[in-house]
Amino acid sequence: MAEKRLIVSSSPHLRSPIATPQIMRDVIIALIPASAMGILFFKLQALLVILVGVAFAIITEAVIQKALHKPVTINDYSAAVAGLLLALVLPPTVPLWIPAIGSIVAIGVAKHVFGGLGQNPFNPALIGRAVLLASWPVLMTRWVWPVSQAPWMQGFDALTTATPLALLKLSGIKTPYAALFFGNVAGSIGETSVPAILLGALYLIWRGHITFRIPGYFIGTVAVLSALFGQDPLFHILAGGLMIGAFFMATDYVSTPVTPRGQALFGIGCGVLTVMIRLFGGYPEGVCYAILIMDATTAVLDKFTRPRKFGEVRRGA
Amino acid sequence: MNLRSFLGGTHVPYSKESTASKPVRQARLPARVTIPLHQHTGAPCEPLVKAGDHVLVGQKIGDSPAKLTAPVHASVSGKVAAIGYYLQSGGRLVNSVVIESDGEQQLSPDVKPRGTIENLSPGDIVGIIRDAGIVGLGGAAFPTYFKLVPPPGKRFDTLVVNGSECEPYLTADHRIMLERPNDVTYGIRALMKAAGVDRAFLGIEDNKPDAIEAMRRAASGVPGIEVVVLATKYPQGAEKQLVKAILGREIPSGGLPVDVGVVVNNVGTAVAVAEALEKGMPLVERVVTVAGSCIREPQNLKVKIGTAIGDLIEECGGFVKEPAKVIIGGPMMGVAQFSTDVPVTKGTSGVLALSKDEVEVEDTSMPCVRCGKCVGACPMRLLPLFISQRAEAGRFDEAEEYNALDCIECGSCGYICPSRRPLVQAIRLAKSEIMARRRKKQ
Ligand code: SF4
Ligand code: SF4
Repeated sequence: MAEKRLIVSSSPHLRSPIATPQIMRDVIIALIPASAMGILFFKLQALLVILVGVAFAIITEAVIQKALHKPVTINDYSAAVAGLLLALVLPPTVPLWIPAIGSIVAIGVAKHVFGGLGQNPFNPALIGRAVLLASWPVLMTRWVWPVSQAPWMQGFDALTTATPLALLKLSGIKTPYAALFFGNVAGSIGETSVPAILLGALYLIWRGHITFRIPGYFIGTVAVLSALFGQDPLFHILAGGLMIGAFFMATDYVSTPVTPRGQALFGIGCGVLTVMIRLFGGYPEGVCYAILIMDATTAVLDKFTRPRKFGEVRRGA
Repeated sequence: MNLRSFLGGTHVPYSKESTASKPVRQARLPARVTIPLHQHTGAPCEPLVKAGDHVLVGQKIGDSPAKLTAPVHASVSGKVAAIGYYLQSGGRLVNSVVIESDGEQQLSPDVKPRGTIENLSPGDIVGIIRDAGIVGLGGAAFPTYFKLVPPPGKRFDTLVVNGSECEPYLTADHRIMLERPNDVTYGIRALMKAAGVDRAFLGIEDNKPDAIEAMRRAASGVPGIEVVVLATKYPQGAEKQLVKAILGREIPSGGLPVDVGVVVNNVGTAVAVAEALEKGMPLVERVVTVAGSCIREPQNLKVKIGTAIGDLIEECGGFVKEPAKVIIGGPMMGVAQFSTDVPVTKGTSGVLALSKDEVEVEDTSMPCVRCGKCVGACPMRLLPLFISQRAEAGRFDEAEEYNALDCIECGSCGYICPSRRPLVQAIRLAKSEIMARRRKKQ
């Protein structure tokens, strides 16, 4: 009888149409503008780095899951997202084995050693980048300017391979805001164009996948703190990897807090560390390490920022 | 417009179009009804009739001396064919009275007007409500008389009436407010007098503008009743969220509305109260939404308690396609059925036959990606991912620390989870484990 085929499972019987693979796909869509600008500025080499990064991330995931006799889940897009993010934070000058190794580390170590999707305490793309930077510091800091001979850089030929942050830190030269904003400056493939990153970020916010909370606190803290240290806040917001870091790395679901207050503290912590590293650290850029350090605090933040449950009477109240 | 609401919750597709504009129709008289003697929160009733007896409409056929219970009445006249254990919603076997209808619908002599609000005392009204077997018609089926008497040391100052009907597909309350606004206000007035309060708020979600209008008009001449427009958001009709949205008062964890001076009732319940006072008619029928894409002709039916849901489906033209699930109640909190051979009870707000496009039927769960969407959706501001994780690992003490017991099982977290985690199922498991351990300790 027909009734035999009725499915009996418990409520809720409805499910939101938005599933995890779709969110991952939306993240890829959101990264298209930044990728396109990177390719526009840095040409074929940038495209190749992106393709190799994504391909090796997917291959690594498939090989590991096959080897461990686990179901292969490359069509949840999460490996592709990690590979793409990694490529976007690499200099466009790197040889192609760099994104390959970076993706192998990101997926093989940062993700699967910890148990795969949902288990990794650190952002895989940033771990990949950090390992590459520590292993091949020269290759990882070889920058190019997409526009040769910007008029305001005349006479500083020797420095044309520095990023705006390095230029400021080492020589006190401030790249104009317009160049910083549009992104025709030296930097990682996907990090230089602010409008492209914002466009993607707004897409994710519109789709309901991320909120302004972490990026807002992150960027706000960088602005306030750099001003307190007598720096130009707008410059610090526009330069370097802050935008892509705040909107695409610090909002990574898996490695960041889930509670509202935890997310706020996470953003503030990222901002503080970024400014500290930029101003007082050995690197001109601090976003990557700031986020990785804060990733380590996620479990603690989640634990101690539990929301006040409905109807909970505060102790002492 | 600044709509009143609460924090958290989700926007689910409401899918109410198929029945929202159709007037309530009286369902066909069923050939037989199976009336469970336990269709409310509290103690089951003992049968007051035996097989072979002839019963009349409105005749009491079950009651119990227990403090928390609600008597049960015959919904049709005819012969008691059997008394025994029959399948009820959720696969439970419940002692029930089966009556074969004689088609006459002869009224019991007990069914007669009980007087007016003005000349009845609050205690009289509470007594009439108990006698009529009235329970919350929103689905929880908590005996209404019991709610109306505050425990010693507490008192009510406000009646909150739930007309939000936030479950998808269901439109029975919507239609009741549209078609019987004066009965709703009459019932509200009676409930106000019984509870000893002089103000009442009727909350309706803003997706029912016609009901808001109808109720505003009906309430305009009645002092103390105010219609409040609520944001359309699930679970707006949950007791705690409703009181928060309307009055800004937060019912304490583990507490009841009375702890903040409030008594909550549903609009359907108010109409049942009006019928009990004005006609002396006990609760023997209710409006049920029959809907879902598998139903040929979805509608709202006024149904005798005890009618098999299969009869209702048939009356709505049967299935147009094979349903994946048949649900009693709404899709967020309702119960999936093994069989359509279960009766409508006082708490049955809807019968849904949903296709596999409407409900998720396969288990496609993926690892939790910690997206935090469940945290944002939880109207109780819990952390569903952590509760369920601890429950799945058997660490129930930790689940309790994460406030598993505060979960109202609204399903918002399970709905929103993009990884399709069985969150509510795991939390339910945690709750029952925690309660079992508590009982053991005592
Ligand atoms: S909604 Fe699902 S995937 Fe997201 S945090 Fe909650 S349980 Fe995890
Ligand atoms: S944890 Fe409970 S109360 Fe919170 S959303 Fe899930 S089912 Fe609703």
